[in-house]
Amino acid sequence: MGLEEKLPSGVLLTTVEGVAGYFRKASFWPATFGLACCAIEMMTSGGPRYDLGRFGMEVFRASPRQADLMIVAGRVSQKMAPVLRQIYDQMPDPKWVLAMGVCASSGGMFNNYAIVQGVDHVVPVDMYLPGCPPRPEMLIDAILKLHDQVQHSKLGANRRDEISDAETGALNALPTSDMKGLLR
Amino acid sequence: MPTLKEQFWDPVAGFGVTFRTMFKKVVTEQYPFDKKPTAPRFHGRHQLNRWPDGLEKCIGCELCAWACPADAIYVEGASNTEDERYSPGERYGRVYQINYLRCILCGLCIEACPTRALTMTNEYELADNNRADLIYEKQDLLAPLLPGMEQPPHPMLLGDDDGDYYRGNLRPRTAETHESEEHR
Repeated sequence: MGLEEKLPSGVLLTTVEGVAGYFRKASFWPATFGLACCAIEMMTSGGPRYDLGRFGMEVFRASPRQADLMIVAGRVSQKMAPVLRQIYDQMPDPKWVLAMGVCASSGGMFNNYAIVQGVDHVVPVDMYLPGCPPRPEMLIDAILKLHDQVQHSKLGANRRDEISDAETGALNALPTSDMKGLLR
Repeated sequence: MPTLKEQFWDPVAGFGVTFRTMFKKVVTEQYPFDKKPTAPRFHGRHQLNRWPDGLEKCIGCELCAWACPADAIYVEGASNTEDERYSPGERYGRVYQINYLRCILCGLCIEACPTRALTMTNEYELADNNRADLIYEKQDLLAPLLPGMEQPPHPMLLGDDDGDYYRGNLRPRTAETHESEEHR
């Protein structure tokens, strides 16, 4: 039909989105956002035994300007929330957030006034990782699932459409406070 | 004035550790490709167990929900009837939800369970990209049907009443009981 048939053998074609996704997923630069005990497991993941360097992300950047993945490891207190948002805003696009551990994901067992009940109240979260704290394998598994998501993410106009679709979907969704009856 | 040893030998001696490490076995675990088993009593995802005939062990008593320090478990019990029996005895758990974004995998629910219906598996790959999918429902938590088990609801096949089940007076599944099942 098109270009595919006129090509000599040994030439592969792909999409710009596919290539961009491949490069993006293979070069995550995580920002350190260790807030509690999960940070210990996050550091272990970067260490020699679990070695995140196998996936090209052993350098945890202390500066958000050079990072594109924020691993929120630990409970986010109300006082930390604006700091977290500022760090997120300082990261250049494209950027992703991984909520590591139950405290970052939903507040966990700290259901009280001091802790933000899920970091998705402050920043958009791409991957939730349960566990208290999650073992390094769980973190690596979450990162690999995020890799998969990044590989299949869209670019340009498609990305804008995707975002507006998600937004209208979220606006039209039934609020949790209106869900009635048996919870099943 | 540093001594001769401090000037020349000490800087080299520091590299001795690096040099020796080159001959040591590599400790890195190749996690997603070569999964090392966890400790046998590792606290992973929960499982709702079954009796050998397939009836559920959960009686919907909510003791797990009461024991949970993070309020991660939601249980609604309902009564068994003669036509529709899910567990031996009067009650069964109709709705069983565990919110893995709250659950800290502490195992207090397992200690609280009076019928050993709730135990923990070694499965730990739980990460997901939205909060709703991380609330595991009863069908996600129930143990798979092993050979010889039947999908409930069905009558008690291994005893005359729930006392037989709990005292361990289980009669073996004979050809006769199998036949009666087929005629049912």
